[in-house]
Amino acid sequence: MSELHAETVPFVRETMLPPAPPPTQEAGAVRWLRTNLFSGPVNSALTILGLLIVWFLVNHFWNWFAHSVWNAGSLSECRQIIIDRWGEGSTGACWAVVRERWMQFTFGFYPSGLYWRPTMAFGLLFVALAPVLFSESRKIRRIVLLTAAVLTLSAMAVLGAPTHWFIFAAVIFIGATVIAEQNPGRLLIFSLLFPFLGVWWLWGGSLWGPIMALVGPVLGWVAYRLLGRFSPILAGIGMILVPLLWWIFLAGDAARDAENLASLAIPAVASDRFGGFLLSITIGLSGIALSLPLGIVLALARRSDMFLVKTLAVMFIEFIRGVPLIALLFVASLLLNYFMPPGTNFDIILRVIIMVTVFAAAYMAEVIRGGLAALPKGQYEAADALGLDYWKAQRLIILPQALKISIPGIVSTFIGMFKDTTLVTFVGLYDPLKSMSDAVRASTDWKGIYWEPYIFVGLIFFIICFGMSRYSMYLERRLQREHR
Amino acid sequence: MSEAITRKIDRSQMQVSDEVAISITNMNKWYGTFHVLRDINLTVHQGERIVIAGPSGSGKSTLIRCINRLEEHQAGQIIVDGVELTSDIKNIDKVRSEVGMVFQHFNLFPHLTVLENCTLAPIWVRKVPKKQAEATAMHFLEKVKIPEQANKYPGQLSGGQQQRVAIARSLCMQPRIMLFDEPTSALDPEMIKEVLDTMIELAEEGMTMLCVTHEMGFAQAVANRVIFMDQGQIVEQNNPHDFFNNPKSERTKLFLSQILGH
Repeated sequence: MSELHAETVPFVRETMLPPAPPPTQEAGAVRWLRTNLFSGPVNSALTILGLLIVWFLVNHFWNWFAHSVWNAGSLSECRQIIIDRWGEGSTGACWAVVRERWMQFTFGFYPSGLYWRPTMAFGLLFVALAPVLFSESRKIRRIVLLTAAVLTLSAMAVLGAPTHWFIFAAVIFIGATVIAEQNPGRLLIFSLLFPFLGVWWLWGGSLWGPIMALVGPVLGWVAYRLLGRFSPILAGIGMILVPLLWWIFLAGDAARDAENLASLAIPAVASDRFGGFLLSITIGLSGIALSLPLGIVLALARRSDMFLVKTLAVMFIEFIRGVPLIALLFVASLLLNYFMPPGTNFDIILRVIIMVTVFAAAYMAEVIRGGLAALPKGQYEAADALGLDYWKAQRLIILPQALKISIPGIVSTFIGMFKDTTLVTFVGLYDPLKSMSDAVRASTDWKGIYWEPYIFVGLIFFIICFGMSRYSMYLERRLQREHR
Repeated sequence: MSEAITRKIDRSQMQVSDEVAISITNMNKWYGTFHVLRDINLTVHQGERIVIAGPSGSGKSTLIRCINRLEEHQAGQIIVDGVELTSDIKNIDKVRSEVGMVFQHFNLFPHLTVLENCTLAPIWVRKVPKKQAEATAMHFLEKVKIPEQANKYPGQLSGGQQQRVAIARSLCMQPRIMLFDEPTSALDPEMIKEVLDTMIELAEEGMTMLCVTHEMGFAQAVANRVIFMDQGQIVEQNNPHDFFNNPKSERTKLFLSQILGH
């Protein structure tokens, strides 16, 4: 019978086939090597070339790295140890500088007796972040809170924190852990208060300052409710204008008067004492926390139907993106004072935070606009058809999806901005990379040491940025809704 | 086409009242300079089931999208449930909360579960307490026969199931009028029937319905008026029996011969 004949005979399947296991693959490692590294002549050549480069680099740096010295008082002492141990002419890394100047890299010129304050603020930051970043997984939340508690409290003990503050931090940690077990949402109150408390702990001075700053949004809310009876536009303007006027003209005096009545002051630390990672993290975190909401508003404004709103948003975004960050920082340090009412002393770190925020927000707006544009039109129509108004549709339907799409871009912007905080060196602040290592080299002990501080600072930046990147991947996985 | 409709239709509840649900007079709409809807006059009574048919590009989707203001009309008047559609946002929101809409591509919210899709609008627009909204949602999900999928995400359901969720989502707002914009056009043939059955059940309960559809079997079974549109205007409207057996206009005859011819 010919093949053709067999194929033309009517066929009816009597029994359905059960699913069968896939064919067994070739052995794991060999197969992996074959497919990934040696799949063809070009690939094989590239693999060998790559191996040679790696070998060259390792060979070049290995001796230097292997001859590491961790205990020395100065660079010359370091070199002596290397020569004693590995013979004349050998080179080695002198990590002793990191060990000796660790505090300086971390806190800059912050008064050493008060190191515990930024430490506590940084530890409690994780309590504030827990309900925002780790709302879904109880296990991760537990690990984060307990690790932060143990590390912070032991660091505070080592740094000589006063007993009552030690107890305060311990109570917050224990309370937060207990509350988080039942209802992590309640911790959001602490998250909202944290920016004000954090500023107080870092800069010190009177607690009345942050309290009076906090009065601003409250007044804004009152203005919104009162004016809302007349017109929604008026209410919107009042909501923004009233807090601004309060902050600029009244909050300062009110805080002073309140302080005179009842003192709630801790020792103040001026902004020029900030430095190192303390400065980077302060600016970076503030920038991250502020640029996301500002970026969302800008993205929505740019997609708005209202001509004026849209034009303003486009102008703002395009202008900020078209100007180097350093130019904005110079504006912050030199020019901004001209626009302020005479006599106002506008803190330099605050000015830098504003500029960094504005800069990141412009990029953020474009990233989020991409996410908004990626949503099918049907989502907007469905929200409209159900009677949701603009803000509800944005908040409940559009933004959750658009932000999810934009996560990689948003986190990239965060990472870029965090690294850009080192540029504050140009306006005289002590960033960890340039100013701090210069400051370390300025002492006779460590004159001439270049590689080690840079590598150390680079490593810390890498750890933080890599952490952000991994978190964003975790978040993407968590929000995955299709084919789950 | 008509084999999709296998159930016996119960017309006992399908009473048309005198109350006017939608009244459209001399309505015109342009996309730029393109005149999509020309001089539309249409009155829909409460409880009426209207099927709108016509070739693609004839403006039938645009017409029903004007009824809940997903599209804006430039001339004429649309009054829905006694509320005139103007640029007044309050009126638009009022109309939208009374008019449910089912789309060709379902447009479920992929980041929310089926249950959340159904409770979102009642909770945020109607201010219904969450518990009550969930009870209502489960009621309607049972009605469209997929209560067991309530906690899944739309991406995990088949097309037919998704469209039934979309119908349930609209019903949760307890609308007085339902608009269907080609609800079965994106579905596999095997799934069309389950959606049509759900729509027939709705019709039997006396819901006012406007359906843009190519399911002529559905039109014959449940519609009490069929509207044929071409080039942005209403060419013919009639009861389904006369529309299919005795069409008046040449254009209608041609259209019917093309879609029923094979």
